[in-house]
Amino acid sequence: MSDQLLYGIEAAINGLMTGVMYSLVALGFVLIFKASGIFNYAQGVMALFGALTLVGIQSGQVPFSHLINAVFGTKIHHFSWEVPAVAAILLTIGVMILFAWMVERFLLKHLVNQEPIILFMATIGLAYFMEGVGDLMWGSDIKKIDLPIPQGINETIDSLTYDWFGYGFYIDNLDITAAIIAVFLVVALTIFSQYSTTGRALRAVADDHQAALSVGISLRSIWVIVWSIAGFIALVAGVMWGAKSGVQFSLSLITLKALPVLMLGGFTSIPGAIIGGMIIGVGEKVFEFVVSSSWFGDAMGFTMNATENWFAYVLALLFLVFRPQGLFGDKIIERV
Amino acid sequence: MLYREAGDFKKSYAEDSQTFPLKLDRYGYYAILAIAFLVVPFVINDYWASAVLIPFLIWSIASLGLNILTGYCGQLSLGTGGFMAVGAYASYKLMTSFPDLNIMIIVLLSGAITASVGVLFGLPSLRIKGFYLAVATLAAQFFLVWLFNKFEWFYNYSASGQISAPTRSMLGFEVTGATASAPAKYLFCLVLVVLLAWVARNLTRGRIGRSWMAIRDMDIAAEIIGVNPLKTKLTAFAVSSFFIGVAGALFFAVYLGAVEVGEAFGIQKSFLVLFMIIIGGLGSILGSFIGAAFLVLMPVLLKNIMVGMLGWPIDLAAHIELVTIGFLIMLTLVLEPHGVAQLWRVTKQKLRLWPFPH
Repeated sequence: MSDQLLYGIEAAINGLMTGVMYSLVALGFVLIFKASGIFNYAQGVMALFGALTLVGIQSGQVPFSHLINAVFGTKIHHFSWEVPAVAAILLTIGVMILFAWMVERFLLKHLVNQEPIILFMATIGLAYFMEGVGDLMWGSDIKKIDLPIPQGINETIDSLTYDWFGYGFYIDNLDITAAIIAVFLVVALTIFSQYSTTGRALRAVADDHQAALSVGISLRSIWVIVWSIAGFIALVAGVMWGAKSGVQFSLSLITLKALPVLMLGGFTSIPGAIIGGMIIGVGEKVFEFVVSSSWFGDAMGFTMNATENWFAYVLALLFLVFRPQGLFGDKIIERV
Repeated sequence: MLYREAGDFKKSYAEDSQTFPLKLDRYGYYAILAIAFLVVPFVINDYWASAVLIPFLIWSIASLGLNILTGYCGQLSLGTGGFMAVGAYASYKLMTSFPDLNIMIIVLLSGAITASVGVLFGLPSLRIKGFYLAVATLAAQFFLVWLFNKFEWFYNYSASGQISAPTRSMLGFEVTGATASAPAKYLFCLVLVVLLAWVARNLTRGRIGRSWMAIRDMDIAAEIIGVNPLKTKLTAFAVSSFFIGVAGALFFAVYLGAVEVGEAFGIQKSFLVLFMIIIGGLGSILGSFIGAAFLVLMPVLLKNIMVGMLGWPIDLAAHIELVTIGFLIMLTLVLEPHGVAQLWRVTKQKLRLWPFPH
């Protein structure tokens, strides 16, 4: 096989893995959108906030130390302890559940029956608020996730592919772990929503708010549950992305990567989020590979690079023109 | 006592349907115009011009534009930053290619070029609706910014990748370039703001504006009563992009002077303009101005208080600013989803009855 083709295949496989990472964020969107019709722009910031909180608790940082120091002129920054990883994860999950409860209590409760656009904008406000609070609480410096997550080149795949093709593929262990976790999450969520009582209630709410209310399902507690699960998924996504590129502000921008995934897969479909992520991941890597290669330059007279920023959006846009509800979304039925 | 329509008789249809039917409103409007044109240019200094007034005027134009699209026609757009970039780069290319062209014509032409780009990106709106469309407009944002970064022709092959505005004058006064004076820049923006606000007001209360609102309220029903959705949506995209393009051209040529596209017209700007119209009020001309004033003034104020008076570090102040903006957006939406403009309407209604509430 020619070298170019091998490089292309490697790019495609890596794209597939990155796509799964996008899906991790997209999953949280789908959950909330299905259960409350809210397009939650804050999902990426929730990932950032979760990861920040985990690192902060684990390393024993004092919350709001920056602000306290500025107001009182003190110089505190860390407690003298460090929390073990498992306890820190549990505490962070607790924080995300508390956060879900607060969102419901102080924001969503007041916005029931508003138009979707208003709810969407409220989540943008929430995103800004959370980002500011996260930075205030834990500081805005780049942090490292201190969890035993496998990282670096996968030797087995490298040597195997070297034996087969004479060229070793570079595939990161982290990406493989993320893919396994994503598959696990999808299976767990599907089982949860199909076979548990709460899951049934969730699907009822997703189908019709009023009908669900009338058979005695508490809308408000369902929302808290949904936002808690979404917070948990955000935490997982935040940890995986944080392990990849450090916990920092830019983490919240993965929302913007998850949006085209959602459009492609449909806002209401959990498998759609995964498959959409894969299509986008492979698509953008392969497109970048092709348009930046020398033979494309020879044929067209110019090469392009850094297309990853927009390719996913343009792909999703073109796709939507032909199928406005995405790949797996519910069919949009319009009545007057 | 304060706000009465008693004794304010209308003798013709034109008088009855004017923008400010009440004398008090009308005189207030004239007074504000008089102060803005006759007093402010003589007392303005560089700090006020560059920190508050010029950004306020420019963002007002941008939020008027987005309000036409989102507030009046119901098409949520997150591509404002990208369209502002089109306006900025169009004005740069026009300024450098035709040195003798009047700057006013350049700014309006940049708006027209942006309008055509806006129509292009508005085409999918016929198939894609709601949130899918909002996300689709992000394609415009990212693609356009990438485009201006990538192809050197857009920034005349300059080594830094920046574009910087050459000096151009209007009626003998320099309005762009490093040596332009604050009052000249201010007046140039002000004339455009007044002109465009007048256009926006009269478009939105006429046939075109009503068809926009019909599409916003329910597009299928509008189609059935004979509103052409293709024409209506595309005119909304065109007019809105025209305004945003003018704002982008002014932002680059008059306000900043030199820009780097990713920094000046990033997605943050799209959200900023969206916040302006949410806080100000969707579907309200006055709301566009209130929102712009609010989001221009608040950071300046917060920064002055926290950094200037309390001596806090700048990054801390930036975080608190984020928290404040986010909080205010949520608060506005919870208390009054239709923005400050709606509060003003309610207040006026109460004032008319005061002190007898029934």
